[in-house]
Amino acid sequence: MDRIDAWLRVCAIEEIPVLGARVLRRGDGDDIALFRPAPDRVFALADRCPHKGGPLSQGIVAGDTVTCPLHGWNIQLDSGQACAPDVGCARRYPVQLRDGHVWLSLFALAGEEAHAASAAPAPEATA
Amino acid sequence: MKQPRLVVVGNGMAGIRTLEELLKLAPGMYDITVFGAEPYPNYNRILLSPVLAGEQDFDDIVLNPLSWYADNGITLHLGKQVTRIDRARRRVLAADGTEAAYDRLLLATGSLPFILPIPGKDLKGVIGYRDIDDTRTMIEAAKVKRRAVVIGGGLLGLEAANGLMLRGMEVTVVHLAGWLLERQLDPVAGAMLQASLEARGLQFRLDTSTSAIVGNEAGEVAAVRFSNGDEIPADLVVMAAGIRPNTALAQEAGIHCNRGIVVNDSLQTYDPRVYAVGECASHRGVAYGLVAPLFEQAKVCANHLATFGIGIYRGSTVSTKLKVTGIDLFSAGDFMGGDGAEEIVLSDPGAGLYRKLVIRGDRLVGACLYGDTSDGAWYFKQIKDGTAIGERRDTLAFGELAMGESGTAGQDRAAAMADADEVCGCNGVCKGTIVKAVREQGLFTVDEVKKHTKAASSCGSCTGLVEQILMNCLGSNFQETPKTKAICGCTDRTHGEVRQAIRDHHLVSHAQAYAFMEWRTPNGCATCRPAINYYMLSTWPREAIDDPQSRFINERAHANIQKDGTFSVVPQMKGGVTSPSELRRIADVAEKYKVRMVKVTGGQRIDLLGVKKEDLVDVWRDLGMKSGHAYGKSIRTVKTCVGSEFCRFGTQDSTRMGIELETMLANMWSPHKVKLAVSGCPRNCAESGIKDVGIIAVDSGWEIHVGGNGGIRTEVARFLCKVRTPEEVKEYTGAFLQLYREEAYYLDRTVHYIERVGLDYIRRKVVEDADNRRALYERLLFALEGLPDPWAERVAGAQAREYAPLAVGPAAPPARAIAATLED
Repeated sequence: MDRIDAWLRVCAIEEIPVLGARVLRRGDGDDIALFRPAPDRVFALADRCPHKGGPLSQGIVAGDTVTCPLHGWNIQLDSGQACAPDVGCARRYPVQLRDGHVWLSLFALAGEEAHAASAAPAPEATA
Repeated sequence: MKQPRLVVVGNGMAGIRTLEELLKLAPGMYDITVFGAEPYPNYNRILLSPVLAGEQDFDDIVLNPLSWYADNGITLHLGKQVTRIDRARRRVLAADGTEAAYDRLLLATGSLPFILPIPGKDLKGVIGYRDIDDTRTMIEAAKVKRRAVVIGGGLLGLEAANGLMLRGMEVTVVHLAGWLLERQLDPVAGAMLQASLEARGLQFRLDTSTSAIVGNEAGEVAAVRFSNGDEIPADLVVMAAGIRPNTALAQEAGIHCNRGIVVNDSLQTYDPRVYAVGECASHRGVAYGLVAPLFEQAKVCANHLATFGIGIYRGSTVSTKLKVTGIDLFSAGDFMGGDGAEEIVLSDPGAGLYRKLVIRGDRLVGACLYGDTSDGAWYFKQIKDGTAIGERRDTLAFGELAMGESGTAGQDRAAAMADADEVCGCNGVCKGTIVKAVREQGLFTVDEVKKHTKAASSCGSCTGLVEQILMNCLGSNFQETPKTKAICGCTDRTHGEVRQAIRDHHLVSHAQAYAFMEWRTPNGCATCRPAINYYMLSTWPREAIDDPQSRFINERAHANIQKDGTFSVVPQMKGGVTSPSELRRIADVAEKYKVRMVKVTGGQRIDLLGVKKEDLVDVWRDLGMKSGHAYGKSIRTVKTCVGSEFCRFGTQDSTRMGIELETMLANMWSPHKVKLAVSGCPRNCAESGIKDVGIIAVDSGWEIHVGGNGGIRTEVARFLCKVRTPEEVKEYTGAFLQLYREEAYYLDRTVHYIERVGLDYIRRKVVEDADNRRALYERLLFALEGLPDPWAERVAGAQAREYAPLAVGPAAPPARAIAATLED
């Protein structure tokens, strides 16, 4: 748990439209897309489609997936995995919703272990 | 509530396909148990012939591996034959004593080979041809034995004979009828087939009935005896004289059967808890032995099991194809003709070509093709659609190409293409890739090919070709894309039904629409949401709520996304006319924002490419011009020529007419993009012939042409009417476009809409009925009145968040405090 000092507050949850996304610009490294598929749920993925690098933050969010605006790949928001039959994965970032604010860690998650770790403290809607 | 239990008896294609359809509709609804008499997971039975012929392996034809059952929580009993149904206590019993209780029971017991009741039928070496074990027996026999006799010259028999021959056996086919495949071919085509198979080494005895199979002392087959007294030696006898629906289990349980288990249009037997699908079922007196009808049944049955209850199975028209490599034959419908039927026959025995079409009352009802089957899919479609033949009768026999309807769809090219030839130009998919995917992954529909190979998934112009490839690979097993398709996986409703519901029930918000129409997903998907959004906006203007999150990024951002995530900006230039000061501003903006390319578009405007999203609003502010809507399913541009103002040939002021139209249609959303052009004389320099609405000026007025398209498939606009005044041009154009806006399906261009409703219908509504025309025109003006220019709105501050990226503030709060909250 020595990574926790990397949690950053990004914005108030209301600043991301429901069924929409915002992009977090970073000077160094990839941009990060923050998705809000429901009023009290937020996911963060690298803003690069595993297909041809399209900006996922610009796609249509429906259910728990986003559709890349360039060629229509569907990416699962929770895992970053492309929906079958496409194969590929967008990097995931841990994200938390606390008191109506979105918190993000810039340490990308990788593999199943990290997936389980992020799944454990499920985002709570205390706002 | 406890999960209801669904028990499936039969682990074959029909039963498992029903489960797949059910899991799509209502995952987790049932606790599912499957019994399979064979010790294998579900495999593609129709590919047994290629396995026998040595073209594929057993592993290649497995459709659902064991992991599929596990992943879907299905209890699978392999190698256990169900021997009894206890309907009173609602349970099934297997031979080994396994029991399973059910709330719903699905019988998919398939069929059994018909074994002739003759002496010697039980000798060693006498087999049917039905499953993996039969196929293995034949492959093993071919290794050590020499002479095979196949009884039955139908599809199955010929495929078995061909396979055994390829594996080195001497094969004789014995057939009761006077020609081969008498249920699929007429005598002429049957004789051609026979000649071709004889050339490959098969031997035939037609008009021959078998009276006995003769054995040796070891109880093995030694010879086959015919009713005329002849006898031929044989080491292996394959009975392929037909199949019988396997109804024993149902019959013993007292469920009504005739030839098969009798089912109604929702595939229920006389016991409403018990369903039957596939070869064991008898629907409206027909028991099908092909896979395409079985899949249609599976869909309907699953729909009913999922308690949706809106599927109705009305029976299937079937077509067949022999899976013997190198022999092309195809038949569909009533190809024998007879009473009251007319026949068109094209016969060229020298070239091995034969084609017979059967017509009843101006409709094609049957087709039988031999040698060249490339038109099979097209004829089959004509038969199923029941299209009137009319004037096409002269050229019908020459196939689709002769109709001049192929365009770039090129549906007849598939058979002639090499594996390396490109089918889908958008995604670079060649024929070989598609064929491989179809074979190895067991694909049956165009949608499945789209998903797995991406072919036909972009512009769709190669869909016909993909269909043809599927048809060639699968023959009778090909499933045609239904004509009236559900919008997407979120619903079973079609575009037409959704439009109707939105109108009839005054639906004006997404939440309302999805709830009322019982969408399966909470908020739709990227396919249906934009469609619903458009339908509500066009049906209830000024009332429906335009949801930005249901619009594709281009319409949300009012610019066109490019491959690198930047945008292109196209300011409006009505009629292609600009001014020095506009050009100066464009030049300044291009320099200030380091625009990577400045390009003149085909629509007579200027495109600024490579603008960053966060710069868009500033770019628009500096331009001080209106949006050209070059990004939307909307009015795009009105292209004009210089017209009578300057041109020595111009008959009218086409430039002014174009500007007026573009002004009138500003900010108009539509089912797809809409392009107009106005030419000042019939030389047509503005290319009016390939526009959704193309106006051509003549000395006495204006001609209006509609439904042109310069895109995927070039379509020449069709003449709608001629009018006298510019005011009339606006009224007729507006009325036509409003009709299209109100009635077309989302993503249909005007040409597709006109194809669907017919130009006569448009003429009636727009030209002949003046009151209706004015009403349409007024509704259009009402819908457009007061619509703001989207760029001006955003310069004034609307939707600011859309364009502003987030940034992380420099000071993160005390880390430990968050750690604490995270750990609790």
